[in-house]
Amino acid sequence: MRAAVIIFPGSNCDRDLLAALRLTGHETISIWHKETELPKNIDLIAIPGGFSFGDYLRCGAIAARSPIFGEVIRHIDRGGYALGICNGFQILTEAGILPGILQLNEGTKFISKVVDLRVKNISSTFTHSYSSNRIISIPIAHHEGNYFASKDDLKKLHDENCIAFEYIDNPNGASDNIAGILSKNHRVLGMMPHPERHTESAHGSQDGYSFFKGLFETS
Amino acid sequence: MKARVTVMLKNGVLDPQGEAVKQALNSLEYNNVESVRQGKVIEIGLVETSKEKANKSIQEMCEKLLANTVIESYEIEFI
Repeated sequence: MRAAVIIFPGSNCDRDLLAALRLTGHETISIWHKETELPKNIDLIAIPGGFSFGDYLRCGAIAARSPIFGEVIRHIDRGGYALGICNGFQILTEAGILPGILQLNEGTKFISKVVDLRVKNISSTFTHSYSSNRIISIPIAHHEGNYFASKDDLKKLHDENCIAFEYIDNPNGASDNIAGILSKNHRVLGMMPHPERHTESAHGSQDGYSFFKGLFETS
Repeated sequence: MKARVTVMLKNGVLDPQGEAVKQALNSLEYNNVESVRQGKVIEIGLVETSKEKANKSIQEMCEKLLANTVIESYEIEFI
């Protein structure tokens, strides 16, 4: 599988994301946000964590309107796969690709710790290597991770099996304990936790390894 | 021409910053403070002579970038 990792000024998890993708056997390419074209034959667009544009205005707001984003939207409209982690999730909601928005954590503090997640959807390419309701341990590090969506959007997410991960012990006030959501076609995933930080034995846990290993693998 | 855009969280949307400011004011013994909502003020200088055009243009800017209308509302005034 060939993945393009988009980099913005202020992205800081791009190298970890590239390392996790390479470790699990994928081809990778880095794309600067000022590009207006993506190389051909990209299977997955991955948007890393960080503080794109210094979180100015709202987290992800400026990145979602950057030059490369026209291509990102075209890729997704064609049914292409995309992944946004942490700031990447914020960017996907700001671009209107995923519903809702990530608000300031309920306790107003930045939270950096390892949390337990329940895997809710096991049919997407991102999650099929986990068993249903499995509990995985993945780090979070965010200030704005409190997922908010309208009642209608939340209902749709539940009805269409779009909730990928939920927190066991909600750290930030997110609606319905939501940690990660999928698009309606289950090909775009946005999540606040960082699976790339739990892929190697030195990380203390490798619960994120199967996440990347399973991408585009047919079971 | 100069305009001021005020962006506020919509009613009913939790505002943890406003809540924290309210608690700080209460702890300074301003016990008359019942609620605080925090928003953003953005001033925009425009090369435009028609107020109507300017208003339309700023409204577009608000919808496209300045406010996230999922949780925020905005007001435009000319100064």
